[in-house]
Amino acid sequence: MTDKPPSCTFEQNGYMTIQEIQEEIVDEFSMFDDWMQRYEYMIELGKSLPLIDGQYKTDDNLIKGCQSKVWVHAELDGDKLVFTADSDAIITKGIIAILIRAFSNQKPQDIIDADTAFIDEIGLKEHLSPTRANGLVSMIKQMKLYAVAYQTQIN
Amino acid sequence: MLQTALDIQTIRKDFPILNREVNGQPLVYLDNAATSQTPQQVIDVIVDYYHRYNANIHRGVHTLSQEATDAYELARQKIQKHFNIGKIHEVILTSGTTHGINLVATGFTSFLKKGDEIVVSAMEHHSNIVPWQMLCERTGAVLKVIPMNQEGELIMEEYHVLLSNKTKLVFCNHVSNALGTINPIEEIIDAAHKVGAAVLIDGAQAAAHIKPDLQALDVDFYTVSAHKMCGPTGVGMLYGKEEWLNKLPPYQGGGEMIAEVSFEKTTYADLPHKFEAGTPNICGGIAFGAALDYMENIGFGAIAQYEDELMQYATQQLLTIEGLRIYGTAKHKTSVISFNIEGIHPYDIGTILDKLGIAVRTGHHCAQPIMDFYKIPGTVRASFSFYNTQEEVDKLVEGVKRAQRMLL
Repeated sequence: MTDKPPSCTFEQNGYMTIQEIQEEIVDEFSMFDDWMQRYEYMIELGKSLPLIDGQYKTDDNLIKGCQSKVWVHAELDGDKLVFTADSDAIITKGIIAILIRAFSNQKPQDIIDADTAFIDEIGLKEHLSPTRANGLVSMIKQMKLYAVAYQTQIN
Repeated sequence: MLQTALDIQTIRKDFPILNREVNGQPLVYLDNAATSQTPQQVIDVIVDYYHRYNANIHRGVHTLSQEATDAYELARQKIQKHFNIGKIHEVILTSGTTHGINLVATGFTSFLKKGDEIVVSAMEHHSNIVPWQMLCERTGAVLKVIPMNQEGELIMEEYHVLLSNKTKLVFCNHVSNALGTINPIEEIIDAAHKVGAAVLIDGAQAAAHIKPDLQALDVDFYTVSAHKMCGPTGVGMLYGKEEWLNKLPPYQGGGEMIAEVSFEKTTYADLPHKFEAGTPNICGGIAFGAALDYMENIGFGAIAQYEDELMQYATQQLLTIEGLRIYGTAKHKTSVISFNIEGIHPYDIGTILDKLGIAVRTGHHCAQPIMDFYKIPGTVRASFSFYNTQEEVDKLVEGVKRAQRMLL
């Protein structure tokens, strides 16, 4: 892709809230006219997702989604929760990249309170269907569970 | 153009669903091994049942009940004729193949003892593995597996070595759902009988392509699902030899399957009702009969020939794609092509194809042992029916190429 939006990075999200990041993602996707462009962008995002540290790609961190596998790891950095993840399917990985961009480097309580309606707005709703068997629904649940666990630790 | 006696465009008009669009594209339905589509002729029978004579069967004296009973029993006769079954009461109507397998597996519990052996093939659907594992757990019997080669064919020499006087049961699918291999069931049945073992053949994948003669096969049990052969879901057939069905205990208790009931003792009904407890899928059974009529009318010989040509064409075209590997290259196979492209997860290909309106199955196809054998997470599976066209194969090939360009 040559017309990749400039804000597509996995660097620290500065001081943007989850809500602001989600709006930014929705803005980026609004420039695409058709599904091909959305998917090509998502595939690019998937390919550029930083690799999860090998030591965390364990069965313990594995979410079995029947068709594609998803690994998620979380650790606390100060008062913020940092997620890393991976999948064996690239489209699943693309959505993981989007979710990580929205939820990583955020306070656990904000992650607990956040929703994923923006996925619907960017036309990728079908990937978060509970019957999709790609592990993403379980991944979001797992991210929230991590947030709850670390919030308890902070308290 | 493919040479065929079938008028595919006229046949396609029988299937209303083929007119719909998916994601703004005309539907290309290539998941026929999972379930086949339903022709208007069968849909009409379903609607007519609920419009005119919906009633419970085998017990009412009123007219509707009589009509429904007659229609349901006529369907049983059609099934008997289609599969060339000797006696009408050897046709057990079930909820599908899985039901039929579980009925037999559960029934054999009291016939097996520790050390007895059960033989299954390496290319079974989970529904033809798990019930036998459960049977082994209950009885102490041991499960033995007929291995397969890289082409996806059973290694028959190994099968013959596995058989002994300890072998009590042999289970195998007629056609593999994941690979399309047509298994040599005649040889499997004959050899099992020589050591005194009973044989169950899972015909779920075969029934839409092959018309088996169950008397000639001399098989002990054969089971199918209507929804793989233009009928509705939730109904199927278990054939069992009369001597076996008389020996097997009932699978479920309930109404319909009894002769007399008191709190001291119940005597069971005669075949086939002994195995048909409760109100069955009446409409489904009647529609199953209509589906057989529909397919018989087109002709199984012509169907098999056309589907084979379609598969050969699809195989040739798909193999032009760089990095594409087909799993299941048996000499004898039905119209199933399981494949992967190097470096791409099958889920990703399936997702892109869906955006193009092309329905394929991705994943392990409920046959994880096969995926383990090839050391892959799954495959993309395109499966063809007689209503698919050469143009649809071309769309599949184009779609796969497009997915490859996007994903690599």
